Amino acid sequence: MKIKISIPTERIHNPIISESIIETGILLNIMVANIDSTYGELIADVKDSRFDKIKNALESRGAIVAILDRPIHRDEEECVECGACISVCPMKVYAFDETWGLCVDEKKCIQCGMCIKMCPHGALKLGE
Amino acid sequence: MVEKSVHEINKKIEDGSVNVVTAEEMVGIVENLGVEGAAREVDVVTTGTFGAMCSSGLMLNLGHSEPPIKIQKVWFNNVEAYSGLAAVDAYLGAAQISDTRGIQYGGAHVIEDLLRGKEIDVHATSYGTDCYPRKVLDTTITLNDLNEAVLLNPRNAYQKYAAATNSSKRILNTYMGELLPNFGNVTYSGAGVLSPLSNDPSYETIGMGTRIFMGGAQGYIIGNGTQHSPSGGFGTLMLKGNLKEMNPDYLRAASFTGYGTTLYMGIGIPIPILNEKLAASTAVRDVDIMTSVLDYAVGSRDKPVIKQVNYADLRSGSVQIDGKDVPTSSLSSFKNARKIANELKEWVKHGNFFVSMPVERICCEGSAKSMKQTQAVPLVKDVMSDFIVTIKKNQTVQDAAKKIWENSFNHLAVISDTGELVGILTAWDISKAVAENRFDSVESVMTKKVLTCAPNEPVDLAARRLDRYGVSAMPVIDAQRQVLGIITSDNISKLLARRY
Repeated sequence: MKIKISIPTERIHNPIISESIIETGILLNIMVANIDSTYGELIADVKDSRFDKIKNALESRGAIVAILDRPIHRDEEECVECGACISVCPMKVYAFDETWGLCVDEKKCIQCGMCIKMCPHGALKLGE
Repeated sequence: MVEKSVHEINKKIEDGSVNVVTAEEMVGIVENLGVEGAAREVDVVTTGTFGAMCSSGLMLNLGHSEPPIKIQKVWFNNVEAYSGLAAVDAYLGAAQISDTRGIQYGGAHVIEDLLRGKEIDVHATSYGTDCYPRKVLDTTITLNDLNEAVLLNPRNAYQKYAAATNSSKRILNTYMGELLPNFGNVTYSGAGVLSPLSNDPSYETIGMGTRIFMGGAQGYIIGNGTQHSPSGGFGTLMLKGNLKEMNPDYLRAASFTGYGTTLYMGIGIPIPILNEKLAASTAVRDVDIMTSVLDYAVGSRDKPVIKQVNYADLRSGSVQIDGKDVPTSSLSSFKNARKIANELKEWVKHGNFFVSMPVERICCEGSAKSMKQTQAVPLVKDVMSDFIVTIKKNQTVQDAAKKIWENSFNHLAVISDTGELVGILTAWDISKAVAENRFDSVESVMTKKVLTCAPNEPVDLAARRLDRYGVSAMPVIDAQRQVLGIITSDNISKLLARRY
């Protein structure tokens, strides 16, 4: 499953991610990482069965862990299936099928919101 | 030789014996039967396109109020329309944005809302005359309340369109959508194999008066579109159709982030196959239609061509730029273009649509001119200081301080041994280094992420960049990163001081 790990300012100088991985032995596949001197936010993939354990390890060190279970939602009435969203998605959520219809693979979505800004028809929304 | 007339084809449409195919199907038919065989076999080829057509708008008539008003200014759901016409006529442009909601809602949205039967608030003002005494009017209308509601679109159905990409380091929000930094994506528009004008590029059957599919209704071509540039293969059409007969499946409002509103129009044009030449031209494939990928990082009319591609490349999902596979996005819907070509095919097949010849041909040579500008736009090279003090990156901070002192110049361009720009150093950077007691090489104290500009950029763009990033100067460099000069806010204020 996809998870979001937020690291607040006061913990940014601690090697929270490394410590949690070493302690639990659970591998995190980090897909997006935005970290600077004030804040950190990572999107990672982890096996469903190991989620509780890594969550506890991260949260005991001050991080906030959330499951990304509300992927992008497409309003099929508004969508004209142009495919504008395809090239801006870093996770390849969107693709054309053989009839040039738009396929959406929500499981890959990391809720970055790039496609929402791109869609000329306002057909994409998060958290619905 | 195959010779057919529109009259003969329309007779076949009437008696149900017409053979009509889409432009996609025609490719295979010409491959199998040859041009002559296909010309004999096929009577009509239908095309289709569904994409953003900003140059569209609605000509409407409200009917007279009591007491009557000669409308001077008018708004529909707070979107202003042009009313410099007789009393209660107005023209609502698709790209006009709302006074209150900005680019979220515009003329295109009012047109779609009207078509969907929604109520629209009308506000109008006037100066009042003896014959039209009323000065202010507020009412609510629906499409049915209008006498006429005619889409009059000055430029639709581009034959093909240049694709867009972005070499800069920031996201660009354009009418070609969101362009990601460092050639992160390519966006394009157009139906390729189904594109109406690409299937009749000498405009033999597509011309003034040709009956077409427009927004789900029957409409007409009323001439070439504005900015019609047939010589480069960028023909355009001016269209007219009755909004009251249209269908929202084929007419959609849209808004591009950071750009504005536009109207997605569904257009289909039937091409009667009168001869072999038309059979051959309607067999055009994606791979035959070439276009350029332009760099939108250059905010100028003449954008650099990054590469030539064809529509098959664009529709494959990626194109190569600098050895990298760059993903493509279509802004027009091929699925809907195909739906339109098929719908039009059904209309013809069932005798609900007859083909027509143009009453007058549209011009198939020439190109649109650029704007005549009587006030020359100064370029960076016209106002920059070509005297620039440079320093090698491995020199010391003292050397740098000395250069600034001797030349009374605030910015030092830091260059590599081969003369390429690698950073910039200001008096402020040196003060900071001194305050921190750091006296190592220039390289360790300079600013490495340096904003630059090109000599042929308009000054306005350079000024905007200085302002956006809050810096006071930018080195001017050529394509090899050799320093040609520097442009400072001083140069720009002098330019303005000269003007006034």
